[in-house]
Amino acid sequence: MMGNQPTQDHATRAEVFNRDEARVDWHDKTLWFIRQKRDRAAWTIPDWEALRDQASAIKDNVLSNLHDYLISFEAQAQRNGVVVHWAADAEEHNEIVHQILKRHQVSKIVKSKSMLTEECRLNEYLHDHGVEVVDTDLGERIVQLAGEPPSHIVLPCIHWKKEEIGALFHKHLGTPEGNADPTFLTAAARTHLRQSFMSSKVAITGVNFGVAETGEIVVCTNEGNADLGVQLADVHIACMGIEKLIPERKHLSVFLRLLARSATGQPITTYSSHFRKPRPGQEMHIVLVDNGRSERMKHHSFKNALKCIRCGACMNTCPVYRRSGGHSYNYAIAGPIGSILAPSLDMKQYADLPFASTLCGSCSNVCPVKINIHEQLYQWRQVIVQAGYVSKQKEVGIAAMTAVLSRPWLYRYAGNVGRWFLKTFPTLASNKINPWAKQREMPAPPSQSFRRWYQDNRKKK
Amino acid sequence: MSRDKMLLAIREALPKEATAIPDYQPSATSFDVVQKFIDTLVGIGGAVIKVSSLSVVNDYVIKHFSGQRVVSLVQGVDSYATTLEADPHLLENVALTVVPGAFGVAENGAVWITDGSMGDRALPFIANNLAMIISAQDIVPTLHEAYQRIGADGYNFGTFIAGPSKTADIEQSLVLGAHGPKSNTIFLLA
Amino acid sequence: MDYFLSGSNFGYLLKRTIFDRNSVMKVGLFIPCYVDQFYPKVAIATLELLERLGIDVYYPVNQTCCGQPMANAGFEHLSDKNNKLFIHNFTGFDYIVSPSGSCSLHIKDHLHTRGDDSAAAAIRSRVMELTEFLTDVVQVRSLTSRFHFKVGLHQSCHGQRGLAIAQMSELVAKPFSKSESLLKMVGGLELISLDRKDECCGFGGTFCISEEAVSVKMGKDRIADHIQHDADFITGSDMSCLMHLDGILRRQKSKVRVVHIAEILNAQ
Repeated sequence: MMGNQPTQDHATRAEVFNRDEARVDWHDKTLWFIRQKRDRAAWTIPDWEALRDQASAIKDNVLSNLHDYLISFEAQAQRNGVVVHWAADAEEHNEIVHQILKRHQVSKIVKSKSMLTEECRLNEYLHDHGVEVVDTDLGERIVQLAGEPPSHIVLPCIHWKKEEIGALFHKHLGTPEGNADPTFLTAAARTHLRQSFMSSKVAITGVNFGVAETGEIVVCTNEGNADLGVQLADVHIACMGIEKLIPERKHLSVFLRLLARSATGQPITTYSSHFRKPRPGQEMHIVLVDNGRSERMKHHSFKNALKCIRCGACMNTCPVYRRSGGHSYNYAIAGPIGSILAPSLDMKQYADLPFASTLCGSCSNVCPVKINIHEQLYQWRQVIVQAGYVSKQKEVGIAAMTAVLSRPWLYRYAGNVGRWFLKTFPTLASNKINPWAKQREMPAPPSQSFRRWYQDNRKKK
Repeated sequence: MSRDKMLLAIREALPKEATAIPDYQPSATSFDVVQKFIDTLVGIGGAVIKVSSLSVVNDYVIKHFSGQRVVSLVQGVDSYATTLEADPHLLENVALTVVPGAFGVAENGAVWITDGSMGDRALPFIANNLAMIISAQDIVPTLHEAYQRIGADGYNFGTFIAGPSKTADIEQSLVLGAHGPKSNTIFLLA
Repeated sequence: MDYFLSGSNFGYLLKRTIFDRNSVMKVGLFIPCYVDQFYPKVAIATLELLERLGIDVYYPVNQTCCGQPMANAGFEHLSDKNNKLFIHNFTGFDYIVSPSGSCSLHIKDHLHTRGDDSAAAAIRSRVMELTEFLTDVVQVRSLTSRFHFKVGLHQSCHGQRGLAIAQMSELVAKPFSKSESLLKMVGGLELISLDRKDECCGFGGTFCISEEAVSVKMGKDRIADHIQHDADFITGSDMSCLMHLDGILRRQKSKVRVVHIAEILNAQ
């Protein structure tokens, strides 16, 4: 869905996405297919639920020892010959990266997938400072060529059809017009990106896990783009949120068993690379980023979101995400997990996201680290309303509803209550027309309420 | 300096009591590890060839890669290289590399290798095809046993490789050979 | 307080289940506000079904709403009066039974009072959705009801994932479904299978209004799954989901109808 006008909120953007129903069906089925692969992969491990419990418990331990683990991680990494940087926020992170690039006088770098750099908008920052970033994950490269953010954290161009990618490659890479064969297009991208790998002095990667015990970091990819970038570069910069730490190397077994199975239904990603020391002659940097994480840790209701290992399973299972598309969330991390992460960065801007859910709870059930996502969505709604970030109309409507429903006599006498209800409920939306009736018939009010029936038929006995 | 500021903020955010990590004993597996390894790896696009000796591997390499650049890190398999170019970019024309794997993992088809046995860290990623040799005895059931086996090993770089480089980014169509090797063959010595 | 004994005239004539220690048990019937207003027949079926099983059921007539619509919209802080009213109406029962998984879950998770919370806590631990009450407390093993149709079960999310009325497709665990087990006791009923057995229908409280486009699309997809498998009826234990699906079905002029599970279990 290219060239959408920037619009107001999730509902509006979702409505635009839904104007092409066949495309919604295609998007939904593609993601459901991945959810099914995830289910099959989970069922290969009989004690899957115990494994999730353990992953969650390890992350609890991390969040309650993070201070010490970070100090240990830093000391070990330094002993390994790694330069460790600390960035309190996105801006500082971007500056640190830029300073390293400046020192090495490079104007073009390769970067493998990192949601943290998306969160910090590193690409834009470096672009403004004269550095071209080439995203080397195929999906990320596709959306980058199209001038879009990823619509999914694991499957960045899941919203693109192959014909559109063929046209995009024709324009940017000079592939023959009309060729939309995935194998052909992937080969074209391989050739195109190989040039960047061969010429880049600096490679940036994200971090899936950092091990406090050993100071090593683990990066997982299927394409091998992180490894190829790093192993051919003079400088490796790994950008890492502080919550990515785990206590010991052996704990990787728990997380690597869960990660790919939850993400795509694979038993493991093709490459799970453990970077402990730089290659002789190579520089390795790790940038530790806070950017709101320590603040979130103080929030009892919301700190569990920091357990996230970015598998994307909650997006694939989310019935709303599947039918509204990643861009409808207007945040680097879409879907249920994005909807509980974004408001802590900017509650006003992302006030709509916790409402973009039916609270069905499927997200919490697939989450490999057992984040109570749907409960946090509910909690965010309370926080956002109390902070005053909902429409006046909704506020008035709800207040009226509460007034009636907390007074039995008013409830009873609110005219024909059924009709009152029918009139009140739909006005909670900002739209003037009744949104219920746009594509649905209204329920027909019966001749009498149950209460009336009960009094006629039971009370007399 | 943000380091101290960050650490202070994190310390303030910690709960009063740290939670402990419960003991975790993964349930025992009942599958045949060798068969499971083969099935899993084939299922993710890899290939497994059972061999009785290294000379069979050697024959295979000669038969399929004659006239192309082969870098073998296994003595007894052509073309055994004791030293490589200092610049990893020069490895780009390698058609096949043969690397000794440390061990395999049955549940996911991965093979663990470390920098000590890969010649150059770039080699397993830049070569067009990757072959690894492991002994059938060196297959563990799951990642739990894998990390027990790795223990406190002091590798500088280590990686699990499971199958060929791949992507499904275009409409979920699986394509092998995204950026790294287009094929992944495991020679299983038994 | 308006409590009226209602079960004594009905229950005795009918086949009793193994449940027979109900002489002292008092059950409060909790009817969601929109069921009271739009679907009295669902409430009647629930009442009659419980009476048929020999249970003493009381309907506190001053009840209004559990407060969920407001709370899910982010206004839980306004629910204090509503909560007090609920506690006032439902204190003193052994069980509070409702033909709604969603409203039961809301009470179970969110009924609180400032200060002394003991009355609210008592209610939280006693509220049950109808099919879980029939399965776990009454332990119904057979039913006399008949319903000669092909029926698809829409397993509503709050009952399923919140109250664990059925195994969830996301979890690696043994399958079970309290609603399905009950439906299988109904004579003549053919339970169809679905491609996505526990996908949300898109109702979601105020979501159905504020996210109209996605809500309706989810509903249409849910319906298509049932129609594709030849359902005559879509049933479930939440009338709110069914109201949403019914609105779409009627707009589509479909022959498929919705029916609450209480109506099927009570159909003679």
